[in-house]
Amino acid sequence: MSRQAVAIITIITLLSLVLAACHYKIPKNALALSPESLKDRQLQTRIFETDDEKMLLTASAAVLQDSGYTIEESEVSCGVIVSARDRDVTETSQVVGSIVLGVCLGAPVPWDAKQRVEASLVTKPIDDKRIAVRITFQHVIWNNHNQVSKREQINDPEIYEEFFAKLSKSLFLTAHEIGV
Amino acid sequence: MSRNVAVTSSLLLALIICSCATKQKNILQAEESQVRLRSIQSRVFDTNDRNRLLRTIIVTLQDLGFVIDDADEILGTVSATKLKGYVLRITVSVRPRGDKQMIVRSNAQYNLQTVEDPEPYQQFFAALSKALFLEAQQLE
Repeated sequence: MSRQAVAIITIITLLSLVLAACHYKIPKNALALSPESLKDRQLQTRIFETDDEKMLLTASAAVLQDSGYTIEESEVSCGVIVSARDRDVTETSQVVGSIVLGVCLGAPVPWDAKQRVEASLVTKPIDDKRIAVRITFQHVIWNNHNQVSKREQINDPEIYEEFFAKLSKSLFLTAHEIGV
Repeated sequence: MSRNVAVTSSLLLALIICSCATKQKNILQAEESQVRLRSIQSRVFDTNDRNRLLRTIIVTLQDLGFVIDDADEILGTVSATKLKGYVLRITVSVRPRGDKQMIVRSNAQYNLQTVEDPEPYQQFFAALSKALFLEAQQLE
């Protein structure tokens, strides 16, 4: 084996070791408050003029169920509801695109197949008359080979606005029962 | 050709020894550095309000980009996950220390590895202190 080949093998080995080490290193500031945290909090929080936290949690659980989520955990004394929704996200256009690209590249190109959205809702009394409700969504997407293709927090303002619109509506109905 | 094999084998051998050493080190680490890790992961706060402390931990985790997975007031634990291309899981527990103080302990796991670096924990406790308006004291 030439010296060059040995050098290449050594470099590749060292590089893979370095990459393996990086994989386990937590990113700097992963547990620090980021400049975006205030903006995210505003996006994810609404304040309701009520002192009835249980009613707020019950209405929130109902809105989540209406939106197709299953309740996985709850702790009323801490104002927490944890829910999740699994769904098929296979899109014909992406499948066709992946197959065409796969043929061109001569290797299979995966497409998104399954999504799990996790939503956790937290209520926190601000004073005697107001309670803050904060909901956070995150999702994991798996491709057709069952590999994770995406995992991140969802920060689309529309999703939050839609949820709080539904919750406001539900609270209005809860507060003013009209009979069956 | 035999030289090629020799070089490749020695490289592989080196890698295997390296990985064995890491695994053995991990087994010992759980025992040896437990006290050190506990000190990195724990802080004492001057409060006896368990519910307020748990609720503040929950909102702090939300501020840090976590989604809450579980909370239990009786056990005094909160678990949460942050997804940002990586998976960061954290469990925070509270327990009383005397009548006027509470010990907060947090364990973070980044992908498949326990976080043992002091800095992320310092960042977490700094954010928690700010939200609680209380100073985080080192566990003695």
